[in-house]
Amino acid sequence: MPRIIVCLKQAIDVSQLKADPATGKLIMTSVPQKISDFDKNALEEAVRLKEKFGGEILTVTVSVEDAKTSVREALAMGADRGYLITDKALEFSDTLATSIVLAEAVKKVGQCDLILCGEASIDGFSAQVGPRMAELLNIPVITYARKITLENNTVIAERVLEDRYETVKTKTPAIITVTKEINEPRIPSLMSIMKASKKEIIYWTLEDLDIPVNKVGELGSGIKIIDILAPKTERKKIVIEGESPVEVAEKLVKALIQEGVVGR
Amino acid sequence: MSEHRDVWVFSENYDLMLELLTAGNPLAADRSSKLVAVLIGSEIEEKAHELLKYGADKVLVADYPKLKDFQIEKYLGILTSLTKKNKPEILLIGSTKNGKELASRLATRLETGCTPDCSTITIDERGQLLTKRIVYSGNAVVTATYLKKPQIATIPHRAFEKLEPREREGEITKVEVTVEEPQVELVGTNRMEVANVRIEDARIVVCGGRGIEKKEDFKPLQELAQLLGGQTSNTRPLAEDRKWFTGWVGLSGKKIKPTVYIGCGISGMIQHIAGMRDSQVVVAVNKDPEAAIFEVADYIIVGNLYEIVPAIVEALKKALKN
Ligand SMILES: Cc1cc2nc3c(=O)[nH]c(=O)nc-3n(C[C@H](O)[C@H](O)[C@H](O)COP(=O)(O)OP(=O)(O)OC[C@H]3O[C@@H](n4cnc5c(N)ncnc54)[C@H](O)[C@@H]3O)c2cc1C
Ligand SMILES: Nc1ncnc2c1ncn2[C@@H]1O[C@H](COP(=O)(O)O)[C@@H](O)[C@H]1O
Repeated sequence: MPRIIVCLKQAIDVSQLKADPATGKLIMTSVPQKISDFDKNALEEAVRLKEKFGGEILTVTVSVEDAKTSVREALAMGADRGYLITDKALEFSDTLATSIVLAEAVKKVGQCDLILCGEASIDGFSAQVGPRMAELLNIPVITYARKITLENNTVIAERVLEDRYETVKTKTPAIITVTKEINEPRIPSLMSIMKASKKEIIYWTLEDLDIPVNKVGELGSGIKIIDILAPKTERKKIVIEGESPVEVAEKLVKALIQEGVVGR
Repeated sequence: MSEHRDVWVFSENYDLMLELLTAGNPLAADRSSKLVAVLIGSEIEEKAHELLKYGADKVLVADYPKLKDFQIEKYLGILTSLTKKNKPEILLIGSTKNGKELASRLATRLETGCTPDCSTITIDERGQLLTKRIVYSGNAVVTATYLKKPQIATIPHRAFEKLEPREREGEITKVEVTVEEPQVELVGTNRMEVANVRIEDARIVVCGGRGIEKKEDFKPLQELAQLLGGQTSNTRPLAEDRKWFTGWVGLSGKKIKPTVYIGCGISGMIQHIAGMRDSQVVVAVNKDPEAAIFEVADYIIVGNLYEIVPAIVEALKKALKN
């Protein structure tokens, strides 16, 4: 029976972001947080595999601040236990540092058959953590999977690339990063939410994982963020009006020809 | 002084590699260093010479029959040993999906950072690489720099245009390699629908959203695209929920920057905007005057797409005849 680890990131809810109108700088304080979208697909896939084969689902989350609510939600969706690694020293960690912490946590959680990640996180969208962990753990990785089939010690997956789908095969344990189209994540019932409150969340610090502080934060990272600004878009915003669709259409075509982007 | 030097480029996609040379050129000039292209494959001598014409000062060639098809661990192993030995200061990798996996794994082996999907790359006053890219589902542009070397960045298709080729002097060096065993076996490949494949290259894109009720109703959009010598695309729900198409434009789909983008029946959710923000001229047709897409449009048409789009087709036919 498979033991599956899901890497679950708590990300900021990007739809709730606002910028300071004067400076264009994003206001990052008090933005609500949630489970990163594709990680829910990863978890849903784990739950479906468990429904088929039995086994156990464990989530691992690395975060500067407490991410209990996200882990509780995952437990309600069907995870059996959640591991939460929080440490102030993690602030300013990039994917290099985050992957090291996740990989150490996965080792400590113990033997597993699959590690599932999202194809990318909704805030950083770097698509790096899955492949990076594969290198650190020295196991195979399959990225951008939209279908997973598990047969004994073999996993077969369908990858979505730019112009093609690839069916690939590898041995477990393996890391798989999933796309949004792999499934539709369930919404937990009231019953499962109540049951989840009895499930266990295990808290670890960097010390518990024997990770020296110079491996994380700014010291351990390869990338340093300088600023985060709202994107500038300067558009003309010309409203084309007319008595009829024909008139509107003719005005538009005239404008596009004048701009030199249509016609000869 | 750091022992790291030179700007390297690599992509398993040859066209993208030519664009990376354009991206790397000013960086190498700024650092007074060489622009080096890594070329991996089989029977690729001709391409090595061509890379010099497109701006490379030096080409490192790994030319072996067993490298004919891209296989991530094989290519990764070669790049690892080459970069460990030669220590480039900057490494630009093409942002295909495979390229991004490769870059992440290489960065881990070299214990360094990697910035994905950079639209702008420059050198700052301390001589460090400075990158800009879109994050938070298109809600922000983040500027970042590096704390370790090599400085790795991935660059998407069409962020830079390839240079005009010209005869230049340059060095071509064959490299000896040991090839790693692949960990993942390819069982089969399925091509996607052709229409959506190279939407990035379309000069004009007519894009449809959920305002279109039936797949047949997409016809006028196709007609419009054809008249303009462009292509059609769509928002994600039309592909994922309705299964009408395979690809889409947006954050999780294709990033396009056509000369003209015409969005019909599209609300303009940030995830879609993230894929078309860089279009030169944006036209939006929506029956809702409050639609968010109007915030990023040059020409705003409030109306029913079922009436407006066929009218544009007619108006165009008339205008193009004259
Ligand atoms: C993690 C994540 C990633 C995503 N990535 C993408 C992505 O890459 N690309 C993408 O497109 N979406 C993406 N989405 C989905 C995105 O959030 C929106 O749901 C989607 O873009 C909406 O598509 P739409 O505009 O076609 O539909 P809707 O939002 O339903 O808008 C339909 C619009 O049509 C108008 N309309 C209706 N009838 C007519 C008519 N007769 N004439 C004129 N106008 C009419 C309506 O007024 C409305 O504004 C993503 C979502 C998530 C959570
Ligand atoms: N801090 C984190 N904690 C747990 N999982 C993470 C974390 N960061 C990234 N991941 C996992 O890695 C995937 C890719 O993240 P990213 O590389 O940031 O795009 C996510 O979808 C998660 O599955």
